[in-house]
Amino acid sequence: MAGHSAGAMDVRNVIGALLVVYGVILTGMGFMADKALDKTGNINANLIAGLALLLVGGGFLAWAKLKPIVIPDDYVPDPDAHPHGQ
Amino acid sequence: MVPHLVMADTLIKANTADYLILAIYFCFVLGIGFMVKRNVSDSADFFLSGRSLPAWVTGLAFISANLGAVEIMGMSATGAEIGLPTTHYFWIGAIPAMLFLGVVMMPFYYGSKVRSVPEFMLRRFGKPAHLVNSLSFALAQLLIAGVNLYLLGSIVHALLGLPMGVTLVVAAAIVLSYITLGGLSAAIYNEVLQFFVIVASLLPLTLIGLHRVGGWKGMEDKITAAADAHPGVITPAHQQLDSWPGQALSGFDNSFWSVIGITFGLGFVLSFGYWTTNFVEVQRAMASESITAARKTPIIGAFPKMFVPFLTIVPGMIAAVLVTEIADLKAGGHPTGGASGDVKYNDAMLLLMRDVLPNGLLGLAITGLLAAFMAGMAANISAFNTVFSYDLYGDYLVKGKPDEHYLKVGRLATVAATVIAIFTASIAGSFSNVMDYLQTLFGFFNAPLFATFILGMFWKRMTPTAGWVGLVSGTIAAVTLWAGSKFGDWFTLPGQGLAFAAASTAFVVDIVLSVAVSMVTQPKPDKELVGLVYSETPKEMRTDPDEHTLPLFSRPLPLAGVALAMVVVLNAIF
Repeated sequence: MAGHSAGAMDVRNVIGALLVVYGVILTGMGFMADKALDKTGNINANLIAGLALLLVGGGFLAWAKLKPIVIPDDYVPDPDAHPHGQ
Repeated sequence: MVPHLVMADTLIKANTADYLILAIYFCFVLGIGFMVKRNVSDSADFFLSGRSLPAWVTGLAFISANLGAVEIMGMSATGAEIGLPTTHYFWIGAIPAMLFLGVVMMPFYYGSKVRSVPEFMLRRFGKPAHLVNSLSFALAQLLIAGVNLYLLGSIVHALLGLPMGVTLVVAAAIVLSYITLGGLSAAIYNEVLQFFVIVASLLPLTLIGLHRVGGWKGMEDKITAAADAHPGVITPAHQQLDSWPGQALSGFDNSFWSVIGITFGLGFVLSFGYWTTNFVEVQRAMASESITAARKTPIIGAFPKMFVPFLTIVPGMIAAVLVTEIADLKAGGHPTGGASGDVKYNDAMLLLMRDVLPNGLLGLAITGLLAAFMAGMAANISAFNTVFSYDLYGDYLVKGKPDEHYLKVGRLATVAATVIAIFTASIAGSFSNVMDYLQTLFGFFNAPLFATFILGMFWKRMTPTAGWVGLVSGTIAAVTLWAGSKFGDWFTLPGQGLAFAAASTAFVVDIVLSVAVSMVTQPKPDKELVGLVYSETPKEMRTDPDEHTLPLFSRPLPLAGVALAMVVVLNAIF
């Protein structure tokens, strides 16, 4: 059956994108901004957290890419389905 | 000098990068809401990806819908105050209740298609019970919205330094615009996003905090030293560092009664009552594709949930020894600062963030907290709105008007509820620890509801009159006991023992009176109870014919067994 992927509506892509954006910002802060070593106990916390976010976010994007949700082209939504709560 | 809107000396010093992180989050959330609204022609994409949401997504949304004010601020506040016994909220409270929901209740909910508690009350017990329940539900939502608004306000205050009164109005305006701009139209997506942002900020906070105090051992040593230096003021260290018997939590001196109080009051009545009748959360599971996926939602949610204490309670414990103001408060001092002028335990998390997070991670943490409290309050307001406009206004006040009329009433109710929440937020702010307040509210409202619900589900003889009598008498009993201790001189229980006692009383009074009244009144005929009482619901309505085709650990029961075993291990270690 023909179909297309859920793309931006796939929640894994949304999570992945947000975490990657945050990862980029924090990694950048880790290199350039005030590291506030007195607060963190001499750890570059932004850098470590930023890299971890890039890794996890990238993982979500890769997962969505490798196993996409395919929506059949002849799909008709069920009017009784309420996927977002009340 | 002209007074500046934003005062120079704020509790938390956020910079441009922090605000950028915050702004990006709101672009994402509103963008998703916009996409959902615009893609009406394309709604297949949304609805199908929605309906085929795997259980890990609905499971995370399930716990995220609750990972707001209660968890983050309440648990860290209680952790700062009394230490590890706070974990009972998770390991005796939430986890067994979530597993029970998945194993026993969910097949029934999913099969009988009951969509809300008032709806169940109406169909099972008729109008009087429905009216009582709708009123108490609406009131509870307004009071809990106040807790969320107060905590949201405390963050806005920490950022901008405005007086608390002005802050509450600003925070209420933020929530109202979030609802108006469509923030609720994709609740599950937002909740899953929120979960990751919160973990991404609380995990570094905990790890850096532990690093600063010298690891777990260092934290224990410092807690012990502080307790030894202030005997009689600070809870003895051994009670803070071991979860059982938890006298500091229950307020009972006797360890036997403490264990009973925690297991029955907190574990059974409060937690089962909260988790099994809270449809804001149960609805997350309804979004999944099959009865098995719905059952697995709370069970899968239980796995991350059992580790949440390490991200909420442990930071509170760290704050009690690392943050000067909290350490001072715990030692009996009255430090100033914080959200309301005086430092309270509620401020533990924010102050720890101030002390250990560099700008950048600080922005991420603020984003997570703001998102959680805002979504929490928006959910309360929308739940109030639904019950008010359909269950109360539509059923009892003005019947039979066109849909537009009720939508308009709904919009007015949203604004009114937000304004009322500003006042209920002031009540919440008068408690040093919001957890005490929330548990008291749950005791008043959820405990009798749970009693009526569970009795009505499993005992077909229970009559419509017993339905409303039980609810009313349970709530009255809990309020009376609470007022007797608070304003009379009946007895005193420190900690959250009073809330546990009130909840247990409400439960027992409700059951006893419901049974007594049922004996002398007329039950409903069996055929009207199909789908509402367990014994009258055919097995096909509540089982999944395809379940045996799944691998063993993809089935609800074995999965729940694993979760239960893990919680027993956690109870044994800590």
